[in-house]
Amino acid sequence: MKLLASPAVRVGLSISIATGLYGISFGALSVTSGLSFWQTIALSLLLFSGGSQFAFIGVVAGGGSGVAAMGAATLLGMRNGIYGMQLNALLHPKGWRRYVAAQLTIDESTATSTGQSDPAEQQRGFWAAGIGIYVLWNLFTAVGALAGSGLGDPKQWGLDGAAVAAFLALLWPRLKGREPVAIAVVCALATVLVVPFVPAGVPILVAAVVAALAGWFSHGRSDEGLEPDVDPYAEHHHRRQDSQQAGA
Amino acid sequence: MNLWIWLLLACALAYAWKVVGYFVPARFLKDPRVSRVAGTMTIGLLASLTVVNTVATGQSLAADARVGALAAAAVALAFRAPFLLVVIAGACTAALLRMIGWN
Repeated sequence: MKLLASPAVRVGLSISIATGLYGISFGALSVTSGLSFWQTIALSLLLFSGGSQFAFIGVVAGGGSGVAAMGAATLLGMRNGIYGMQLNALLHPKGWRRYVAAQLTIDESTATSTGQSDPAEQQRGFWAAGIGIYVLWNLFTAVGALAGSGLGDPKQWGLDGAAVAAFLALLWPRLKGREPVAIAVVCALATVLVVPFVPAGVPILVAAVVAALAGWFSHGRSDEGLEPDVDPYAEHHHRRQDSQQAGA
Repeated sequence: MNLWIWLLLACALAYAWKVVGYFVPARFLKDPRVSRVAGTMTIGLLASLTVVNTVATGQSLAADARVGALAAAAVALAFRAPFLLVVIAGACTAALLRMIGWN
């Protein structure tokens, strides 16, 4: 009862349900991309980062190699290192909790925690969102994987269209302002240009290099692109970075 | 079997990124450039994955039912639809377009 009175825990639980539910689409797309049921389960249990998981299966679905899939997933996971640094400064987890906190460090748990200004609430928000999403994401991944394996021809059900929609939905919340849109357009163009000339999967890595160069040599917000897929504080109508600056 | 190896390596590297954040001295990751590269790379990779899944099949490019799925997803997102609804809109559009004969 006492826990449910905490605003951070309430936000954490609602974000858990919203994020966990889209584990269904990950599970279904993963098995129709050619991964086995257990490979799908392993990605959600061990990798546990939505964008990287979708990247891995997206490269495999497009005929890319395992190395390219690993490369795309790993490059997308870099931002979790930045989140880890922010959360370490905020929550100071000690001993084994540090290793558990690391695994639960994703867009949504970070956003739930940094959106609070009281240190105790930051703790509760992180753990509520992190554990809640972990449990539901894995549960719904299994549901989706079981449903997906019984579907037959994935194209007939438009599941390749579902993958396109999923990637656009992951990209969308990060397109705030002119610069991220420009980066997205340039990387999309670079991808299309190199597709005919390099093996499948490699165009994605080319885009990553272009984006990294753009980030290194341009000046802009330092938290560009670091927005959660589902904004825990969307209904409060304040931008996450405002509250982050206030809390810093 | 081969895929398992890359999959488990990807899992190990993903966890390595996360742990690094908790153990590396804050001054290194506080370099705004590192944080910016992580952010712009996220945008670039997701944009690239979106177009690859829309128009590429192996090394060839094609405009098929998936382009319709992309348009439907954009409309759903513009109306602030939740993630799952956006994905369903993409799937239904691609399936419907195929049913009426646009491969």
